[in-house]
Formats: sequence, C-alpha cells, structure tokens
Amino acid sequence: MDFNSSDPAAGQALAEQPVAGQALAAEPVAGPRSEDALPDSATAAVKVVIVGGFGVGKTTLVGAVSEIRPLTTEETMTQAGVGVDDTLGIERKTSTTVAMDFGRISLNEELVLYLFGTPGQQRFWFLWNGLFDGALGAVVLVDTRRLEVSFDVIGRLEERGVPFVVAINSFPEAPKHDVEELREALDLPPEVPIVDCDARLRTSSRDVLMTLMHYLHHLAVTSEAS
Amino acid sequence: MSGAGQDWEDESPERLYVITGGRSGAAAQTFSLDLVTLIVAKAAPRPGIQPEHAAIMRLCHSPLSVAELSAYLKLPVSVVTVLLGDLLADGRVVARAPVPPAELPDRSLIEAVIHGLQQL
Repeated sequence: MDFNSSDPAAGQALAEQPVAGQALAAEPVAGPRSEDALPDSATAAVKVVIVGGFGVGKTTLVGAVSEIRPLTTEETMTQAGVGVDDTLGIERKTSTTVAMDFGRISLNEELVLYLFGTPGQQRFWFLWNGLFDGALGAVVLVDTRRLEVSFDVIGRLEERGVPFVVAINSFPEAPKHDVEELREALDLPPEVPIVDCDARLRTSSRDVLMTLMHYLHHLAVTSEAS
Repeated sequence: MSGAGQDWEDESPERLYVITGGRSGAAAQTFSLDLVTLIVAKAAPRPGIQPEHAAIMRLCHSPLSVAELSAYLKLPVSVVTVLLGDLLADGRVVARAPVPPAELPDRSLIEAVIHGLQQL
C-alpha cells in the first residue's frame, strides 16, 4: 500500500502547548527519534527511486530495508498541475498534493542511501524532475497483473537515460510469468536485469537493490573500458 | 475545534503562501537543494525568529535531508526549500551537497553502496 504511513510520527510528538497567536506553528513538530538521528559524520547522500503503479508494493519494499519507518513527503501541484486536476477528480485546482514515501539506509559513517517510492502513472511525472536528478538509478516494481503502467515508466526512464532494473513483486494470486516472456512483453533490452522479489522481505528487497548496484557497477566498468 | 490555527486547512495554498511570504522556489534554487541534501544547524534557534525557521533549526541539530525535513514539518518540499534558502543565506544552517550527478555513477561510489548493503 502506498499511503498507509501518513503519520509515522504519531505518538512521538514532544508536545509543546501551542501558543495563542502563533497560528502557523500550532502543531508541534515531532522530529526523528533519537535512535533515528544520523551521526554528524554523515556527509553525503545518494538516492535510488522505486517506481511503479499504485499498490504494487513500493512502500512495502522501502519499509523492508529502511532503517527508519518510511516517511511521507508531499508536493503540491500548482501551475504544473493545470489540466491534470480534472483527471484526478479534485475540485480545488490549486491544492492537489501528491505523496511520496521514502526510507533511509546508512551505508557507512559518511554515506547515506535514500529510497524514494514514486507513482509511475504519467500524471505524476512532474515529480520526476527533482527526483531523478542525481539519482543513482531506479527499480521498476512490476505487478504482472498490470503491465501497462510499467510499460510507460520504462519508456520514460529510457528517454531520461536513467539506468534501471525490473523487479517483479510476487503477489500470490498473480500469474507466473517466464522472465524472458516478460522481457519481451515489456520490450526490455537484453542487458537490463529482471528479478523476482517479495517486497515484504528484507533480504529479498535488499537483493533487488543489490541487483541494481551490480548492474550500475557493470555499466561504470564498461564505460571506463570504452 | 479550538485555537486560531484550526481555521487553516492543513494543505491550503493560503497557509503555504503566508509561510513563504509569497515566494516560490526560485530564490532557493541558487543553493541547488536536492531532496537528499543534508542540512545541519550551526546553532540553536534564537527567540523571535519565524516558527518554521526555528522548527527547521531544532530538527537539524543532527544532519537531516530536505526530504526528511519536509516529512517532519508536513510541508511540501518546495516550501521547505524556500525556508532553507533564508537560513542558508543567513548562515544559520549549512548544506552538505549530495554526491554530484554524473553521466554514470562513480565506480568506487557504487562499490561503497554495495558494501553497505551487504551489511544489512
């Protein structure tokens, strides 16, 4: 589920009583739990984007490997959303928000990896600009029952030159596909890795990220050699 | 319902407009903040500064990414970057830029990520 972690900080609020007249600061801000604070030695961060349709398990995968409970950041569709609001069925044109869930893995004392889950549908592509700039790569999380979304996403990533791997989240009721059949269905080049995963499992989700990193490593070595 | 703040709808554009003084992200872009730029406060907030600025400075006593700030403040990233632009201009926080983007990621960086993931 993509929107089940809307209030991860609930219950941890270090409540200060709102002061009358400070209307805009009426809600006390709960920060990270002390065990979730990054060490001061953390100096650099990298990001990987998990992209897929609604309900495909992006947040589940992020949550499985994240050292913090997934957090949610929202972006407002303003001018960028004009003409898009109608399809969302939202009445107020200026206040549409889109949520992105994300998690974090401290790789060592200095380096931090952030994982962002973002919806794959075309109407959310306006989110992609800031998101993919500087991203190491992407995981396209696929539900074999709904391949169309993945098809658009893959085309868009190829256009942007973002390296990606494809992970098939194994839903119990989803039809089993042969990997090579899927490669053909998704029109994927032979070098792009496809892996099966169970996004609920830490090891399985970790292995998906590992597949992406080995692929990126391969690309880096290949480009050095050429 | 109680308190003046309750009249503001949480995500209303009016509220966000007031917080940023009507500015959009353009000014803050001079600092080129990324979602994963780590922000660290240089001191505790002094009394009297705008509540949102103070909240950011309190949150950033240890490094925190722009995305995490947005999540904890429950404000859109575009609003947070405007507020951070103010704090950066005043030298109240510092930004630790993310690893710069390249055509292809650096090999040693990828190796560091692989090594880190192996520890999971």
